[in-house]
Amino acid sequence: MKNHVWRPLYVVLGVVALIVLARTVLVPKDFGVWERGYMYGWHRKGNEADWKKVKVKYKTTSYCKDCHEDKYNDLQKSPHAAIMCENCHGPAFNHPEDPPTLTIDRHRELCLRCHSRLPYKTSGRGAIRGIDPATHNPEEECTLCHYPHNPKREVSK
Amino acid sequence: MITRRSFCKKALLVAGGLAIPLSAMEVFDPRRLHAEKDAPGKVRWVFLVDTYKCVGCGFCVKACKTENEVPYDANVTRTWVERYITTKDGKQYIDSPKGARDGFISAKIDQGEEPPAEVRNEDIDKAFFVPKLCNQCDNPPCVQVCPVGATYQTEDGVVLVDRSWCIGCGYCIMGCPYGVRFFHPVYHVAEKCNFCYHRISQGMKTACVDACPFGARRIGNIRDPNDPVTKIIMTERVGVLKEEYGTKPQVFYLGFSKEVK
Repeated sequence: MKNHVWRPLYVVLGVVALIVLARTVLVPKDFGVWERGYMYGWHRKGNEADWKKVKVKYKTTSYCKDCHEDKYNDLQKSPHAAIMCENCHGPAFNHPEDPPTLTIDRHRELCLRCHSRLPYKTSGRGAIRGIDPATHNPEEECTLCHYPHNPKREVSK
Repeated sequence: MITRRSFCKKALLVAGGLAIPLSAMEVFDPRRLHAEKDAPGKVRWVFLVDTYKCVGCGFCVKACKTENEVPYDANVTRTWVERYITTKDGKQYIDSPKGARDGFISAKIDQGEEPPAEVRNEDIDKAFFVPKLCNQCDNPPCVQVCPVGATYQTEDGVVLVDRSWCIGCGYCIMGCPYGVRFFHPVYHVAEKCNFCYHRISQGMKTACVDACPFGARRIGNIRDPNDPVTKIIMTERVGVLKEEYGTKPQVFYLGFSKEVK
């Protein structure tokens, strides 16, 4: 057969070879079918480790209680015992190194998340003591009168 | 020269060859066969939501957004809380302002219309809160539709997204019947709840479970018969969302109601 017939074929073969070569370079070695099979487990295995490396920001109450034992003890005896410290004080990250201080959220809106009265009998919300934020000392910070670590105790002036 | 006999033979051969499905020609890969057979690992994460206990404080949403670096003021979130109100005259109200990031502090119902709907307390038949998050389905439709293998399921049942591999086509966002996926405003790739994979893989609980003061959210391992969450799922009346889709969701709800979709 004449040369002009073969020449396009060589071009096609070249393109195919280039694609195969690019694929071996670009596709990571750990890309393939993993535990969940072809349909659900087709992925780059290394990504699982990437997700495990995400930094933990909320360290939970057990991280706070050794240094802030007084506050922890107050809290444990109060109806607020189940609220984790970081819900109001913000995520600990690597406190006390970084950040050295945490910003305390003293907004009314924080307390109102639970204590804005919504009398829903079919939900736990209905059983929580609440106020109407429009009439109950509007604009004032709740902590002026209520001690958040134990709302049953008088606030120390 | 072609005879009638040889023509019939060859025709039958070709027809027979066409009938063999392509899959039958596939070379057997023992690793894949092992993966596909019903060989359960030691861990399969599941979630349990108690809607009786949820009060709509939204601390879970706040903690989730911070923990997982979802921009706080963008109107997207990995988990959210919905409020359902049914009135005595049969009207149905559902809202979730900002995904309940700031909780529900008002009786006004924000359904995206002005002015917000208001229901008098004495008109309410039932009202309750339902937290939503990724169901980490056993048959995840979002994974099936991914054309590049960027989203996948791990051995312990969590569906993850490979941010370096996702091309942002959005098929998975359309494919999820629960609407839990969205585009991450910073990375511009598909984003979803992954049960705080970095926390559960080192023995911690998810950020939302830790932040919930009412025990409305719990995470457990369904393959461990002594896990308290497993015990509840096995012995109590739990429901799942949109069972009819066949996705086998693994987030179980206590106190389900037909209004919840």
